[in-house]
Amino acid sequence: MNSLKRELILAFETSCDETSVAVVENGEKILANVVATQIKSHKRFGGVVPEVASRHHIEQITLCLQDALAEAAVTYEELDAVAVTYGPGLVGALLVGVAAAKAVAFAHNLPLIPVNHMAGHIYAARFVTPLEFPAMALLVSGGHTELVYLPEPNRYEIVGETRDDAAGEAYDKIGRVLGLSYPAGKEIDALAHAGKDSFKFPRAMLHEENYDFSFSGLKSAFINTVHHAQQVGEELNKNDLAASFQQSVIDVLVAKTIRALHAFPVKQLILAGGVAANRGLRQALAQRLTRLDEVEFVKAPLTLCGDNAAMIGAAGYVAWKNDVRAQLDLNAEPSLEFPWVKGALK
Amino acid sequence: MKILAIDTSNQPLSLALLEDERLLATMTTNHSKNHSVALMPQIAALLKSVALEPTEIDRIAVAQGPGSYTGLRIGVTTAKTLAFTLNKELVGISSLAVLAGAVHVAETVIVPLFDARRGNVFAGIYQEKEGILTSLVADRHLGLSELCLKLQKYPHIVFVGNDSQQFAQQFKHAFKPQQVSFAHPELNYPQAYILGLLALRQKPAEIQNFIPKYLRLTQAEAQWKKKHQGTLDGPLVEKI
Ligand SMILES: [Zn+2]
Repeated sequence: MNSLKRELILAFETSCDETSVAVVENGEKILANVVATQIKSHKRFGGVVPEVASRHHIEQITLCLQDALAEAAVTYEELDAVAVTYGPGLVGALLVGVAAAKAVAFAHNLPLIPVNHMAGHIYAARFVTPLEFPAMALLVSGGHTELVYLPEPNRYEIVGETRDDAAGEAYDKIGRVLGLSYPAGKEIDALAHAGKDSFKFPRAMLHEENYDFSFSGLKSAFINTVHHAQQVGEELNKNDLAASFQQSVIDVLVAKTIRALHAFPVKQLILAGGVAANRGLRQALAQRLTRLDEVEFVKAPLTLCGDNAAMIGAAGYVAWKNDVRAQLDLNAEPSLEFPWVKGALK
Repeated sequence: MKILAIDTSNQPLSLALLEDERLLATMTTNHSKNHSVALMPQIAALLKSVALEPTEIDRIAVAQGPGSYTGLRIGVTTAKTLAFTLNKELVGISSLAVLAGAVHVAETVIVPLFDARRGNVFAGIYQEKEGILTSLVADRHLGLSELCLKLQKYPHIVFVGNDSQQFAQQFKHAFKPQQVSFAHPELNYPQAYILGLLALRQKPAEIQNFIPKYLRLTQAEAQWKKKHQGTLDGPLVEKI
C-alpha cells in the first residue's frame, strides 16, 4: 500500500459551530487539522444560534485555510482534491464552507468532493486503523443518533436511528435542568462516574424488534423527577441523577447496537460522533463486545470525536477514489441522509 | 487592472469583468435566490466568455452589504476566498452605493433603499459631486419614518431600488410633491459593472478581517448585549 506519490486532500467543515480546515495525506495521515470553535460564543445563549454560527464561520474560514496550509507546509500545486461537508447541518453554516471550497477548487482547477458529515464522523476512526468491511458504525452526536452499515468502502446504509431527540441533544437538555453550562455532555459523564443508577429511568424501545432509539421519554422522566423533587422541597443527588440518566442512554445504545451486530455480521464496530467521547459509553460497549470476539471495536480518537475537517478529508479521500465528484453548482443540503439499508425494519 | 465584480446582496445576481473602466463582460440574473447554486458556475462562464483564467484577475470586488444575510455570505465568502487563494486584491463596496452609482443627477440627494420589514429599511444618503458618488449619511438600518425625518432638509430626493416604490404612499405624506422622485425602473437592479467602477477608486481591504456589513446584530446578540452591557472576557472563537 506504499504508493510512491502522496495524495493530498484539502478539506473544509463548517456544518455547525466549528470552522475547520485540514490537509490529509492518502486518507490516513493528518498533516494539519485547524479547528476554530465557537463554543464560547454560543454559551452566551445556552445553545447554538444558527445566524451567529454563520457569521463566525465567515470570520474564520480563510484564517483556518491559511493556518492549515502553513502547518501542513503544502502548496496548492501539491493538492489533489478539495473535500467539503455539504450536509447535514445548519444551512447558513454549511454554505460558508461550500462556497469557500468551491472557490479554492475553481481557482486551482481541483476536483471537488462532496462529503456527508456523518461519513466524516465514521472516518475519524480511520486515523486509528484501516476500516475493514463490512463494518457497522454507531454514530452519536448532538444532532444524530444512528446505526450505519458499511457493506463496502463509500457505501453507507442506515440500519436504525433516533425517532426523536439525538442522544447529545438529551444530554444538553438535562444539563440545563441540572444547571450545568452548555455543552453539558462532559460534565454529566463526570458526575455519572461518581454516582449510581438509583432512579431507574425508562429504557425506551429496548425490547422492540428494530434498531431505532428514542430519548424524549427519558428526558421527560428526568425532568419530571427533578421538578417533582423541587416542588416537595426534596434534595436529589446530582451524581445519582446523572448516573441514572447516562445508564439509561447507554443501555439502549448498547442493546440496539448488539442487536444490529447479530443481524448484520461485520468485521468492525466503529464508535463515532461527539458523544463517542463519553467514557461510560466507551466502557460499556467494550465490555459487551468481549462476547463477540470476531468483531473489532474501533473508537474514533477522543480528539477527533467532535467536528473537524480531518475526518472530512479521510471520508473525502475514499469518495474521491470511488469517483465521487461535485460540480461548481454544489449546494448545501441541511437534511442530507444516508439511504436506508435494504429490507430494514422501519 | 482586471476586476471581477460580484453582487449577491439581494435577489438579483450580477457579475462583471472590467479592464479598468472598460466593460469586458457582464451577466445579471433575477430568477431565483439560490446564489449558492448559481454563483460559481456563472463566474466560471463569465471568465470563459472572454477567455480569462482566474489567475489573470487583479482585483475582486464584492457587494459587502447590507442585504440578505445569506446572499451576502455567499458573495463575500466566494470573493474573500478567491482573493485569498489567488493572492489578489479584495475590495468591498456598499450594496446600496451600487444602486446609487447608477443614478446621475446633479443637486439632488440619491437614496437607495432595501426593505428590512416591519417598517424598517436599509438605506443610505448619497450625492454625486463632480462625477464622484459621495456618501452624505452612512448606510444604516432604520425606521422608514426616521429616514423621512432625516431627508426633510433636502429640496430634491431621488429614491432608487426595487423596494422604494412600495413606500410611495408614505413618501407622499412625508414630502412635498416636487421634493421626491424615483429613479428609472431599469436602474432598480444592481449592476456589477457599476460595482466594478466604484471598486476601481477604492483601496484594497485586509482580506482576513473582511466580513459582510450586515448593519444589524443578530436578535440573540442584541438581547444578550442588553442583559450584559456587552461585556465578555476573551475572544468568542478559539483555535483548539
Ligand atoms: Zn458532527
